[in-house]
Amino acid sequence: MNIIITNSSGLPIFEQIENSIKQAIFSNELKEGDMLPSVRSLANELKISFLTVKRAYDELEKSGFIKTIQGKGSYVAPKNLDLIKEEKLKEIQSYIEKIYEISKLSNIPKEEVNELFKMIFEEEL
Amino acid sequence: MNNIEIKNVSKKYEGFLLDKISFNVPAGTVVGLIGENGAGKTTTIKAILNIIKSDSTVKIFNKDIHQDEKKIKQDIGVVLDDSFLSDYLTPKQIKSVMKEIYSTWDEEKYNQLIKQFNLPENKLIKDYSSGMKMKLKIATAISHNPKLLILDEPTSGLDPIVRSEILDIFRKYIEEDETRSILLSTHITTDLEHISDYIVFIDKGKIIMNAQTDKLLEDYGILKCSKEEFSKIKEDDYVSYKKGKYQYKVLIHDKNNFKKKYNMTTIDKPSIEDIMLFYIKGER
Repeated sequence: MNIIITNSSGLPIFEQIENSIKQAIFSNELKEGDMLPSVRSLANELKISFLTVKRAYDELEKSGFIKTIQGKGSYVAPKNLDLIKEEKLKEIQSYIEKIYEISKLSNIPKEEVNELFKMIFEEEL
Repeated sequence: MNNIEIKNVSKKYEGFLLDKISFNVPAGTVVGLIGENGAGKTTTIKAILNIIKSDSTVKIFNKDIHQDEKKIKQDIGVVLDDSFLSDYLTPKQIKSVMKEIYSTWDEEKYNQLIKQFNLPENKLIKDYSSGMKMKLKIATAISHNPKLLILDEPTSGLDPIVRSEILDIFRKYIEEDETRSILLSTHITTDLEHISDYIVFIDKGKIIMNAQTDKLLEDYGILKCSKEEFSKIKEDDYVSYKKGKYQYKVLIHDKNNFKKKYNMTTIDKPSIEDIMLFYIKGER
């Protein structure tokens, strides 16, 4: 699994870790039941505070991607299709928000953007 | 569980007051003490170790240092700026001294660290470089497997390679046993970004900040803006600012909130050094 942390992205480090692990789960590199590195060892490897890694793991657990068993470690949780769909929808939404922003900034009317949408979706059919 | 708990540590010298310093060092964490020269870092450390008398409550491993000093100190490893290993000893001879001092002295560990650090065993310490001396001090301090390490400026004056080696030792030390802690003071704040879990910032004898390192780096931001824009910012929304000819630089302590409130988006990520400089040198 690759976890790439950069200072130039505006994202907080815990979110970068969270995203890298999610990506590994989506791409099936990490499978159900696989064990994640311990918080401490990952923190040492990435040379960051263990509290940052812990926060990333807590978030992943909250959103159902991993399960932590006290004293044993963290595992990849069984895949939840709804969860994945929701995650992807969120991603799409963020892109649409970007489209909205650009069109607003450059004064491109909604209709023209809609046209583009139609064009791309129909091409596929 | 806190390995160190200090409350209202105060100490008065002529022209200097250490004013009611209170903070904790939780088990499993590295706490960094930062501040200018003369801010009170070393005084704080010495008060914790009961080397200087202070009016205070200092608890280490939940015991009062004023009452159980001897017992507590068996479980602490200390490196002070002026801590002293005689120049006319060799690492081999230090071993036989330390064995007598600490009941838990781990000779094997010491030998292994000396080897790992490439320290010649039979060379007099006076012929050591400053980096080698510091590595030897650290090896000596952790070879009785203490539960707590207290270090005053362990990386100052050392080159980046030695510094990163030393930080690796600290990381390994905590990883080996997560009930351990490290308290270190430094003015090389970049080191802290890579190792500390909490940062305590002392200025002119007072604590002006005690925060989680990652939160600090995440929440704070440096806004670059024009004079007109700056005049719109409410006083509660920034810490301090620096006036330039062409731009204002403003330290803000909650950049996400700030972005929502104001329409200014040129906000850089600060380093701990930036934050420190803004607190000490910035205008208010």
